[in-house]
Amino acid sequence: MQHSTSKSKFVRVLLWTGILGALIAVLAIAFGAGLTRSRDVSSGPEDVTTIETPPTSEASAQNLSTLAISTPTSTGKVSTDRDYSNMQLSDNGWYRVSYVASTSVIPINQMHRWTLHIETPDGQLVENATITVDGDMPEHGHGLPTRPQMTEYLGNGDYLIEGVKFQMGGWWVMDFFITANDQSDKVHFNLLLP
Amino acid sequence: MKTRIIMANLLTWMGVAAWLWACSSFGPPGWSEEELTQLRSLWIGSLPPLPADPSNQYADDPRAATLGQKLFFDKRFSSNGQVACATCHLPEKLFQDGIPLAHGIGTTDRRTMTIIGTAYSPWFFWDGRKDSQWAQALGPMESAVEHGGNRTMYAHLMEKFYAAEYEALFGPLPDLLDLPARAGPVADLEASRNWEAMSADDRELVTRIYVNMGKSIAAYERLLIPGEARFDRYAEAILNGDAESAKEILTPDEIAGLKLFIGQANCTNCHNGPLFTNNDFHNTAVPAALGLSEDVGRVKGLEQVVADEFNCLSSYSDARPEECVELRFLVRGGDELKRQYKPPSLRNVAQRGPYMHAGQFATLEDVLHHYNTAPKATIGHGELEPLNLTEGQIAQIISFLRTLDSQINAEPRWLTAPTE
Repeated sequence: MQHSTSKSKFVRVLLWTGILGALIAVLAIAFGAGLTRSRDVSSGPEDVTTIETPPTSEASAQNLSTLAISTPTSTGKVSTDRDYSNMQLSDNGWYRVSYVASTSVIPINQMHRWTLHIETPDGQLVENATITVDGDMPEHGHGLPTRPQMTEYLGNGDYLIEGVKFQMGGWWVMDFFITANDQSDKVHFNLLLP
Repeated sequence: MKTRIIMANLLTWMGVAAWLWACSSFGPPGWSEEELTQLRSLWIGSLPPLPADPSNQYADDPRAATLGQKLFFDKRFSSNGQVACATCHLPEKLFQDGIPLAHGIGTTDRRTMTIIGTAYSPWFFWDGRKDSQWAQALGPMESAVEHGGNRTMYAHLMEKFYAAEYEALFGPLPDLLDLPARAGPVADLEASRNWEAMSADDRELVTRIYVNMGKSIAAYERLLIPGEARFDRYAEAILNGDAESAKEILTPDEIAGLKLFIGQANCTNCHNGPLFTNNDFHNTAVPAALGLSEDVGRVKGLEQVVADEFNCLSSYSDARPEECVELRFLVRGGDELKRQYKPPSLRNVAQRGPYMHAGQFATLEDVLHHYNTAPKATIGHGELEPLNLTEGQIAQIISFLRTLDSQINAEPRWLTAPTE
């Protein structure tokens, strides 16, 4: 009897050990799979996630199709509910404005150009506007390293903005003050650079 | 019963084996997608080809580089025959001098910056008062506390020692016989008076020679590019998905330091890109150096570069005006620029103490403690926020910074004084 009791105790210990082992196996496999996923992300230098930004209208769709901006991240440093669209309505609703950069991805530390496309909300091209530019990093208390300027009206509601440069990643705002036909308005873009 | 016991044991050992496999296969934790983007941007493989210098048509002429190297090391080009560019930019010290304030004829108010990798920068000196390598090279030559020389003196020296090389590149030297031995727009009163007494045409001829000296030196300095560091080999392995090799390259502390560098410590706000600098200007509340005159940094540097007779838009520049994009779209002056200085590249930073624009901090520990405590700027607008790093984390960041040591990626003949 005593022998039988100690034997069943031994079996129970072995059984529990087995269950524990199985649990360890499941945990280990899950951990391994997680790390593998993390490692897979690094599998190619070209593996940069980009999103195509929506065109403002059919007329400018061709221009905008080349634009890719970095995907907003979820690091917690930056609010993810901010509107990072490259098409915005101006503050008072006078203009619908979109931009496209001269580079496929908006770069850090590299001078580049933007083309600003301006329409009225009902789709009329805005011609011969005057535009001034301002940009800064609200969380850092400093502005752009350059003073971008509108240097040329390209026709078709498109304006060339030269001298754009960003010196660090993070949340940037770009404001364009637009005056056309005696109507002044400001349009505001958010950018999140890697 | 026997089968259950065998199964139980089998599961136990499977579990242990799987656990051991998981631990051995993945040493350090993985990198997030955002971190990998940062690693890729810092990796030296992301360094683009050497950018053109439209302001210097001789920038990529090997004959200019050869002449420039000779001038760089030639002590005769100074008022006392003891100072060359290489006096402060010593090749054996990564083209800097390792002392708080540069010392030539006298002592300057600033720390010597390295030349390595500066061909990628749009601005030169701590305050960006020059906008090309050639314009930068000409500054110290006329400074009373550096080379202490003047333009006619240099023109005469070029004619005496380098006439053939100069003329092969730049055309015939003008007749210099009637020109004073010492004349130039410098602090030395006699030289300055002599300069004013010269005709505008003569001043122009002499200045052309002076400019061509700068363009030759710049053609040489362009060749000094940082090489691959241990960090770069790690980044490359990680980017190629080779975690096995990567963990042999950096220690866990160095990796932890790298994670902090691109994360909590905010270092990449300014020290970003493959040269670990954005070449912009920042006020990081670095205390003024004791005993020096007031230094407002970029505010003055910006005024100086706009007024500089050798800037990209000047008649001595070979660039078309539209190519001078940095000057065309230059920010306006203002309080925001006060006591802003250019963040230097961090490649080889561990070998380049003391730190900051006047060598205010002796060690990297001092630098990290400054950024960690984030004192308020006494002048201008400081950009620092406290980092809340522990002493251990500071040590890890410094460990990482030591992984940025590398050789210079240039032919050995460029790294010593020329033999002939």
